[in-house]
Amino acid sequence: MRTQAETYDELVKGLWRDNPVFVQLLGLCPALAVTNSAINGLAMGAATTFVLVGSSLLVSSLRNIIPKQVRITSFIIVIATFVTVADLSLQALAPAVHKELGAFVALIVVNCLILGRQEAFASRNTVRASLADAGGMSLGFSLALLSLGAIREILGSGSLFGVDLFGPLFEPWVIMILPPGGFITLGLMLAVFAHLRARRERAHKEAGDELDERWVA
Amino acid sequence: MVQREAGPARMMSTLGIAGFCSGLALVSVYMITQPRIARNRMEALEAAIFRVLPGARSREALTLRHGELTPVEAGDADPGAESAIYAGYDEAGKRIGFAIPAEGPGFQDTIKLIYGYDPERRRIVGLRVLESRETPGLGDKIIKDQDFVSNFSDLRVTPEVVVVRRGRTNDNEVDAISGATISSNAVVKIINQANARWLERLPTAAAPPPASPGAATERD
Repeated sequence: MRTQAETYDELVKGLWRDNPVFVQLLGLCPALAVTNSAINGLAMGAATTFVLVGSSLLVSSLRNIIPKQVRITSFIIVIATFVTVADLSLQALAPAVHKELGAFVALIVVNCLILGRQEAFASRNTVRASLADAGGMSLGFSLALLSLGAIREILGSGSLFGVDLFGPLFEPWVIMILPPGGFITLGLMLAVFAHLRARRERAHKEAGDELDERWVA
Repeated sequence: MVQREAGPARMMSTLGIAGFCSGLALVSVYMITQPRIARNRMEALEAAIFRVLPGARSREALTLRHGELTPVEAGDADPGAESAIYAGYDEAGKRIGFAIPAEGPGFQDTIKLIYGYDPERRRIVGLRVLESRETPGLGDKIIKDQDFVSNFSDLRVTPEVVVVRRGRTNDNEVDAISGATISSNAVVKIINQANARWLERLPTAAAPPPASPGAATERD
């Protein structure tokens, strides 16, 4: 039986410690391809959230029914169904967003973050824990795409969410909204995350050493 | 996961049921969203037609049949973007021009556009790019740069439209976007090709208005 604290931990681990993009390096294709503006990053994050939370809910509810030999096939059917629903709904309700994201909505089906969470978590945990896990991972993914999109839009277009920031004197760094800008921004963000992790591990170790000395004393 | 080994019947039935449920869900969502998606497409086309033909209030789809322009009937198969054009009428039912869809290769992918043509004055009166994947920040100025788009608001088409750099001096010239010459050339080339295909077939005298302009706007 999982406690409240454990559920909370499943939720927050995706935000920072196990962030799908910056730590696990999953779902990099959409993270690079659609983040040339903040709004596109956010829309992609929302579509992925719908698919991931929906799939985790269904897979964790059915985890005792699906025979393990056909589990991957079953997961793929579930995920593909949610992706097609998301694709059609976006076309019907937000055609402008769908036009911007183009083929990348359909490509959510091959986002390894989603299948990864089904295989690693939802297929062996309760519905409640799986929902927390999927929610946290989705939020972490959306935040990552939003921050990449915001940085690239600010530098590459001089605006944020389409609102002009610097006036006519700013010369946009066009490369930031082109593919190389995606790689540059992602690379720098990964370096920041790696640095923070290394520092935390060092702090952890030192704290651990002190603890040991106290134990010895 | 089920720990004990599942038999073949169990595996088959699991996948069968999963496939069936998935199919059921997808067909339902498709049926619900399809009318809305079709309406969105039509509204986008409609908005584009009225945008490139300033003053237009209703439209009528026309297609070439036996070398003659005839209205597309309700029962006809969709003639497709390449073989249909749209006549635009003002409030009084007077035809003010034609909206001509055209497409061709751009820098990265096909550019689809629509432009308004006034046969009386033999001029292009408006342009709208419907679909393109030109480079963000450079080639996509064919949509976003109003200075470029305004080249097409009063443009002579004879003998043909030409691209120039550093300022237009003639009214059949289009000022290229700096940094996006290929995209600029592509747009003009698409228009010239469509002109060669359509202009001589367009009637210049105002044809009688469609029977019911209101109904015409419902057609796609």
